Amino acid sequence: MTKSSKKRTRNKNLALFAMAAPGLLYLLINNYIPMFGIFIAFKQIDYAKGIFGSDWCGFDNFKFLFQTKDAWIMVRNTVLYNLTFILLGTIFAVFIAILMSEITKYFCSKLFQAGLILPNLVSMVIVAYLVYAFLNPETGLVNNAILGALGKDPVNWYTTPGYWPVILVLVQMWKSAGYSSIVYIASISGIDKGLYEAARLDGAGKLQQVFKITLPQLKPTIIMMVLMSLGRLFSSDFGLFYQVPMNSGALFDVTQTIDTYVYRGLMTYGNIGMSSAAGLFQSVIGFALVMVANAIVRKKEAENALF
Amino acid sequence: MGKLETRGEKSFRIFALVLLSILTLIAILPFILIIISSFTDESTLVSNGYSYFPAKWSLDSYRYMMQQAKVIFRSYGVSILVTTVGTAMSLLLTTSLAYPMSRSDFKYRNVLAFLVFFTMLFSGGIVPSYIMWTRIFHINDTIWALIIPNYLMNAFNVLLVRNYFKNNIPDAIIESAQIDGAGEGRILFRIMLPLAVPVSVTVGLFSGLAYWNDWINALYYIESPKLYGIQNLLIRMMNNIQFLSSGQNAGLLGNSIIALPSNGIRMALAVIGIMPILIIFPFLQKYLIKGVVIGAVKG
Repeated sequence: MTKSSKKRTRNKNLALFAMAAPGLLYLLINNYIPMFGIFIAFKQIDYAKGIFGSDWCGFDNFKFLFQTKDAWIMVRNTVLYNLTFILLGTIFAVFIAILMSEITKYFCSKLFQAGLILPNLVSMVIVAYLVYAFLNPETGLVNNAILGALGKDPVNWYTTPGYWPVILVLVQMWKSAGYSSIVYIASISGIDKGLYEAARLDGAGKLQQVFKITLPQLKPTIIMMVLMSLGRLFSSDFGLFYQVPMNSGALFDVTQTIDTYVYRGLMTYGNIGMSSAAGLFQSVIGFALVMVANAIVRKKEAENALF
Repeated sequence: MGKLETRGEKSFRIFALVLLSILTLIAILPFILIIISSFTDESTLVSNGYSYFPAKWSLDSYRYMMQQAKVIFRSYGVSILVTTVGTAMSLLLTTSLAYPMSRSDFKYRNVLAFLVFFTMLFSGGIVPSYIMWTRIFHINDTIWALIIPNYLMNAFNVLLVRNYFKNNIPDAIIESAQIDGAGEGRILFRIMLPLAVPVSVTVGLFSGLAYWNDWINALYYIESPKLYGIQNLLIRMMNNIQFLSSGQNAGLLGNSIIALPSNGIRMALAVIGIMPILIIFPFLQKYLIKGVVIGAVKG
């Protein structure tokens, strides 16, 4: 390499790096500085002394956190809701995808897909309004039109915890099933048409084709999607568990997740210690789960692994 | 369709059509309920509740909203401003980071890829972020609190754009531009960005939706209702009614800037909140689907 071409290479690298710099700076601030901020979980934060001047307290915050009943409740809720979402969500999404692939030639398939995706495009605030239109004790549709017509007593939905596991699962399915089916639709459209032709010649009915061809062919995609969502087993959609139940205290037993706990700890109760301990617990477990999930994917199907 | 269809196949097709019609109806019925409710007479709402078949229709909710136009337009304006500025900045940051990463002759591309990717695996959590934004950068109660934290750039979008550049734009284009003496900046702005329009629409759509639908940044960082976007105005309207209808808290709301919103107005505001999505989405549906598919196949 001549001297001038070396210089040119250096200039090129410099120019390309300069392009990347603003984005990199943003990542540094938005993502990396908070990562180093996890030490807060090991401190007894006292704003008078400042973040850095506050006393270290080892694992005290975690000890206190896990001595409370809240810790068990939020972990249980987060994990159980996620498992339910993954199981039912996958079934619904695959089911919708199979139906959709049946009718791709019709114009209405575009309309169906738009309608099914729409719930996923609105904010949880809007979703909370929609749910409220149904469940509001005084003017809600369910109490007035349904329970009223059946001659049943109105239910005070927002103070009765028993119903919420079902309500939240229904809301989540309503919001996400159509959107999750997109991936499976694409995956089905990639299946070799010859397989179906051969099956037809052998006299296989439609249901047999679904169970003997479509589902087995979808298996790698399903496994990958499930593993990736298992990596988020300890995360929850803050809006679903905070906004949709209207932040109702009577429902905390069944709506408190790690994310709502972290928010309430920080913003409502000003308990930075517990809040940051719960947040760090979530991050560390989440990281471990992603690594495990990825290791499994890589073993099964290297090209589908995240890294 | 050409080929002969067996009876089983035909009935399966009809089954699919019917079931999907029902599922689609379930997906959109709640939206229809709030739209109808927003056109329902208030006294009918109070006596019969929200209903798909209201006894009496009325435009009062929208009329009343026009009287409150100042508050509503203001928060609508905040949402539009945040969404457009945020999306534009986000696109610029995302593509200008993704492009160098896509260049196979760029020395630091793997380091950058790792730095971007690692943010998908581990996060410091909300507490350190909150303390950083409020105690170090002091962006709380400024418009920047709605734009900068969390949404300005994310790893998923960066990798999406990088893969697009990598897979769709041949090195030969860059080489010939270099031979013609174009500088790196010129190549980015004159050649790469115009070629990246399809993926930019997808990323812009993701980012625009995230900004329009966001209420969490304001929940953490905004106290002044002046900086409430439409989502946070909706939350406030909901809470106000709840407060007032539960009685004992009514006194806490002495300085409420919004007069008590009635049942219909609340729904009318929700309708206005989803209107932009309803209008724009049909045009961008295919870009969204493409983005979701590519993203899932290779993040």
